[in-house]
Amino acid sequence: MAITGAGIVTSMGFDFAGNATGFRSGRTAFRPVTAFDVSRQRVGTAGEVDTTQISPGSRIARRDWERMDRGTRLAWWAAREAMEMAGLNGGSMPVVVGTSAAAMPIGEDYYKRAVEAPDRRAGQLLRTEAYQVQRQMIAMARHLGVAGPLRIVSNACASGANAIGHAFHLVRSGKAERVLAGGYDALCQLVFAGFDALQALSPSGLPRPFDAARDGLALGEGAGFVVVESLAAARARGARVMAEILGYGAATDIHHLTQPHPEGDAALSTMTAACRMAGVSPEEIDYVNSHGTGTPLNDVAEGRAIQRWAGEAVAGVKVSSTKSAIGHLLGGAGAVEAVICLMALEGQWLPASLNVREADPVCTFDLIREPREARVRTVLTNSFGFGGANATLIFRKEDVA
Amino acid sequence: MSGRIAIAGTGAVSSAGWGVPALIAALDRGEAPPVSILERQGVLTPVRRVPENAAGVPKSGRLRRTSPVSKFAAAAAIEAIGSERLAKIAAGEWRVGVIYTLLNGCVNYSNRFFGEVLADPSIASPILFPETVFNAPASHLAAMLGSVSPNDTLLGDGAEFFTGLEAATEWIGRGDVDGCVVVGAEELDWLSAEALKFHSRDYVPSEGAGALYLEAGDGAVRLLQVPDPVAFSSETNRAKAAQRLRAEIAPEDEPATLLVDGLCGVARVDRAERLAWKNWSGPRLSPRTITGEALGASAAFQCILAVEAIRAGRADQAIAFALGGNEQAAGARFGR
Repeated sequence: MAITGAGIVTSMGFDFAGNATGFRSGRTAFRPVTAFDVSRQRVGTAGEVDTTQISPGSRIARRDWERMDRGTRLAWWAAREAMEMAGLNGGSMPVVVGTSAAAMPIGEDYYKRAVEAPDRRAGQLLRTEAYQVQRQMIAMARHLGVAGPLRIVSNACASGANAIGHAFHLVRSGKAERVLAGGYDALCQLVFAGFDALQALSPSGLPRPFDAARDGLALGEGAGFVVVESLAAARARGARVMAEILGYGAATDIHHLTQPHPEGDAALSTMTAACRMAGVSPEEIDYVNSHGTGTPLNDVAEGRAIQRWAGEAVAGVKVSSTKSAIGHLLGGAGAVEAVICLMALEGQWLPASLNVREADPVCTFDLIREPREARVRTVLTNSFGFGGANATLIFRKEDVA
Repeated sequence: MSGRIAIAGTGAVSSAGWGVPALIAALDRGEAPPVSILERQGVLTPVRRVPENAAGVPKSGRLRRTSPVSKFAAAAAIEAIGSERLAKIAAGEWRVGVIYTLLNGCVNYSNRFFGEVLADPSIASPILFPETVFNAPASHLAAMLGSVSPNDTLLGDGAEFFTGLEAATEWIGRGDVDGCVVVGAEELDWLSAEALKFHSRDYVPSEGAGALYLEAGDGAVRLLQVPDPVAFSSETNRAKAAQRLRAEIAPEDEPATLLVDGLCGVARVDRAERLAWKNWSGPRLSPRTITGEALGASAAFQCILAVEAIRAGRADQAIAFALGGNEQAAGARFGR
């Protein structure tokens, strides 16, 4: 199963090249939140995208653009880049999307107006329609010229990885020749306040995944999309193969609604399953893009899973969390981090876990603290979410010397 | 669809009551359950609620603080899976996947939590927030079952349940799971009920959960066909989508086949579906006109009624068909 195109937008940059430059240089991309009022929150920063730079040009009529929610605009932006990179101008294919917050800002607006003026109906019908994620994604597909069944996965922070996993299986089984797949989420007040209420946000606004003194995550926003297609289909139309998807694993952590099993049982299960499907051993994985949120419980559970998965080879396993640079993109994280893995494969470098002062003792693996040049042929990315949704994807670039 | 898939169990919580028999009885009587009034700030919305039944909620620590949608989903899933398989799952002898489909989800807690955020975010409840996440009900269900197998929550319009069935056949066909429970569930809240009324005052919003339990092999009832949904697009409006799916799932009239349709009783909304099935001479059921519009759960109710009609010998084959509000036309065919 080939990946022939990838698109991305994050607070780091507006396209594949811009993000690659930022991650390769070890930049962080956090700024004060302007999308909504954070004056009464403990934390006021996030990986917010400067959406004034996201414009449809002449591709989408102004009225349609205004009906798109913030997240859908980000999704369309990244999906368009993925399609262009793949050399596709629309077509018939399934669309599989992962999201967690979906069009929540519109829902928030609907709620506020309903409470402030219960009898006023003006605009509310439109808001109820625009709030619905399937309506938004149908609109996105239409503006990409894509027609086909739509599947929207909402497995919290694993959604984006699950979406690519679904696409992988649709192509692998022969149900589809190619699939547009990805994930997105935009910042919104309800979710921001929710993570703040859980005291899961780093008070400093600067997450330090795998640091011994890590104190929480930072939220971010953005989207990542890929075109997944059969190798035969890609070759038949002369498309460039960026990488292949070799394996996908999904499992459920039933320990707690919001806390992982302390030994990372489900993470171990998905990493093992994905490797088995890919036919690779931990020694063959050149880079692990960890879920690495920066919360005390998550990182140690994932670290334990990596230790158990790699066994005696753990010291040679290279690991980082790119959430240290752009924050946690929730339903978009798995897809965005998959695209970051593709950047590493394309450019032969490894992104870093930034801001680490003293590594947690669980880091018996090679924690990458500065971006580095490397031979990168096979990569693994982990995504774990609320509710125990766990997913692992493995990618390989065949023509690495 | 590759391989034979049996529908090994059904479960329902609806405005007609807790359990599949209550749903079937309401349809047999042709009587809609009573309407109650949902009131907030002077806005009155007639709705059909699931009747109170604390004894119907499965006993699980995970369900103590959950909103109704998780309780509905759990009760329907447990009924569908059945006690024998539940024991095997608990013993680790049976891998069961969970697929949960919805449109609105945990809207009660989202409403309450966002209200708290607007009032004072510094004291917004950390207990409420995780329950607002779309996959919370599926997570509770997996934990209650003790299932670590794959677990997906799929969002979509009122026809999304069929995508859940399609995904379940994929998981079973690949051997990812031994069986899979597909649940469609929704709960009522003034937010979602009033939103539905914006589309038409003739809607009666409802709630509940429906579940089908699928396994590989032959059973009394099998899933014969679950075609790709026909998504709406610039070329395919609701009417065309309905016609295309009709052509896929039932190109000819079948006088002996039961059609469990998605008609809801709102003429404007039903027009495209009526047109697509205008030459159908077989028997029909329209459960949404009885239960009320339970969105993600309604298509599950349709499938349950199709399956149970075959099981009861009322039909050899049955088709469930739904034309969603803003995404897709979808359906499935069941038979012996």
